[in-house]
Amino acid sequence: MTAAATTRPATGARWLRRPKGLTAHIFLILAVLISVFPFVWTIVMATNTTSDIYKSPPKLTFGSHLLENIRHVLDTIDFFGSMLNTVIVACATTVLVLFVDSLAAFAFAKFDFPGRKMLFGTLLVFMMLPLQLAVLPQFILMSEIGWVGMLKALVWPALSNAFGIFWLRQYIENGVPDELLDAARIDGAGFFRQYWNIALPMIRPALSFLAIYAFVNAWNDYVWPLIVLTNPDHVTLQLELAQLNVGHNTDYSMVMAGVLMASIPLVVVFAVFARGFIAGATEGAVQGS
Amino acid sequence: MLSYWRQYLAISPFYLIFIAFSFFPVFYSLYLAFQRYDGLGTKQFVGLQQFEFLWNDPVFWLSIRNTLVIWVLSTVPTLFGALVLATLLHSVRRFKGFYRIALYVPNVTSIVAVAIFFGAVFSNNFGLVNAILGTVGISPVPWLSNPWLIKLVIGLLMTWMWTGYNMIIYLAGLQAIPQSVYEAAKMDGAGPVRTFFQITIPIMRPIILFTVIVSTINGLQSFSEPQVLFASNAANANLGGPGQAGLTTLLYFYQSSFLDNDYGYGAAIVWAFFVLIIVLVVINWRIVQRGSKS
Repeated sequence: MTAAATTRPATGARWLRRPKGLTAHIFLILAVLISVFPFVWTIVMATNTTSDIYKSPPKLTFGSHLLENIRHVLDTIDFFGSMLNTVIVACATTVLVLFVDSLAAFAFAKFDFPGRKMLFGTLLVFMMLPLQLAVLPQFILMSEIGWVGMLKALVWPALSNAFGIFWLRQYIENGVPDELLDAARIDGAGFFRQYWNIALPMIRPALSFLAIYAFVNAWNDYVWPLIVLTNPDHVTLQLELAQLNVGHNTDYSMVMAGVLMASIPLVVVFAVFARGFIAGATEGAVQGS
Repeated sequence: MLSYWRQYLAISPFYLIFIAFSFFPVFYSLYLAFQRYDGLGTKQFVGLQQFEFLWNDPVFWLSIRNTLVIWVLSTVPTLFGALVLATLLHSVRRFKGFYRIALYVPNVTSIVAVAIFFGAVFSNNFGLVNAILGTVGISPVPWLSNPWLIKLVIGLLMTWMWTGYNMIIYLAGLQAIPQSVYEAAKMDGAGPVRTFFQITIPIMRPIILFTVIVSTINGLQSFSEPQVLFASNAANANLGGPGQAGLTTLLYFYQSSFLDNDYGYGAAIVWAFFVLIIVLVVINWRIVQRGSKS
């Protein structure tokens, strides 16, 4: 490297590299602008009146009507009620996914038992199937057991997703050393002790990724709640949000205030956990290939 | 067998839920596809009648065409853009973390929020896009009533949501390529473009294959986007927007099953759709694999 730096082509290359890096940054910043523009424009719309935005040319700066628009949202839909429902569903789903998936993943990763390959293979096959194949019978099942319109109808089907097991199993296989489990076994720790006291603490990063993944999915889910939540008292945030948009003379400022209010919690959660989340997402995807 | 009861106990919570809510329903929907059933009366076995009707149903084929067009309009720019962005991001040193997060954030927002946003921005009368076009003297473009523009808007929406996700995956793949490979190429006098096509792309092939398949499965399942964009109300027979140009196959499935209560036909649609996904995944697989031989 030092030898190369003294030759002329190398200095030429270094001189060239600066503008090249600059072009990359320019393109990336352009992409970032496109990527965050909807968030900015949502705020612009939510802080103005609809007639200001409808003007030509439209008002492109932040206005002072945010509180008014928010009040309008709260008058139109049961925002906090539906948000509470969403929080309940998302939290219950997340906790149960973590428990159920980690327990099964631990058994699959570290123990051999008859039928293990067949059982795990079934999961892999079902991961490839489009979820919609099951939607209709799921709905029939829900009406048979009287869960239509209830929040628990959202939680249980969400737990039958195999992704968490698939993903945690890989993590446990590589991240929890067999020696540690052997040592615990010699000390008399049984299966569930090894799971609770050794494996769980060691896979905390994987669990936090799965937690955010499950939470975000439950929070954003739209299709299944649309089908199964027929009771107006038990509606989730996404359904209420879609409801805001219905009608011909849409008050877009009000609608965008609602969109903003519904998006902020999630964007905050994502911003706080983004690093770990993105690292986790790539790990699963690249290994999964 | 008995000595393994702890392991079976550990996997049983998941498997009980899985059997009840995934395994059994998937096969039950296949059974339903051969029945006539409105959800209330008795089921009546009709053999292949539902599929025969499906084969001759112009709305079904319209929904398939819509889905395929939207899929192409979203997948091609998404994957190409993601590969370009990942290469750029791989080449820079500073602000990497910032770019990654800022470009990924569209993927965690809800489809409903994004669809409402796109509906507002592309609104025919007052949307931002038409307002900006208006200031330079271009008359309003009917984004949400022209059959092609409807698909374009939905494609743009999906591209905006999924480019960052795919970029992150490509970036991880790029980072796994050892630097020595590039140094060797440089020694042989390969320029950046040649290096990209003859080294980066071939090494990345498995990851590209993964993203192509995931995008095929995801892209063909577009439902919420047109549903939110054009849902005036449940009684609206004109589902999928003007001319049903945004009626995707899954939207048609939803309409048949839950609005018309034709469960048997709904099941037939979703199974026919599943066959289509498999065919397209296999075709894509072949195309990407064949590229590796030449």
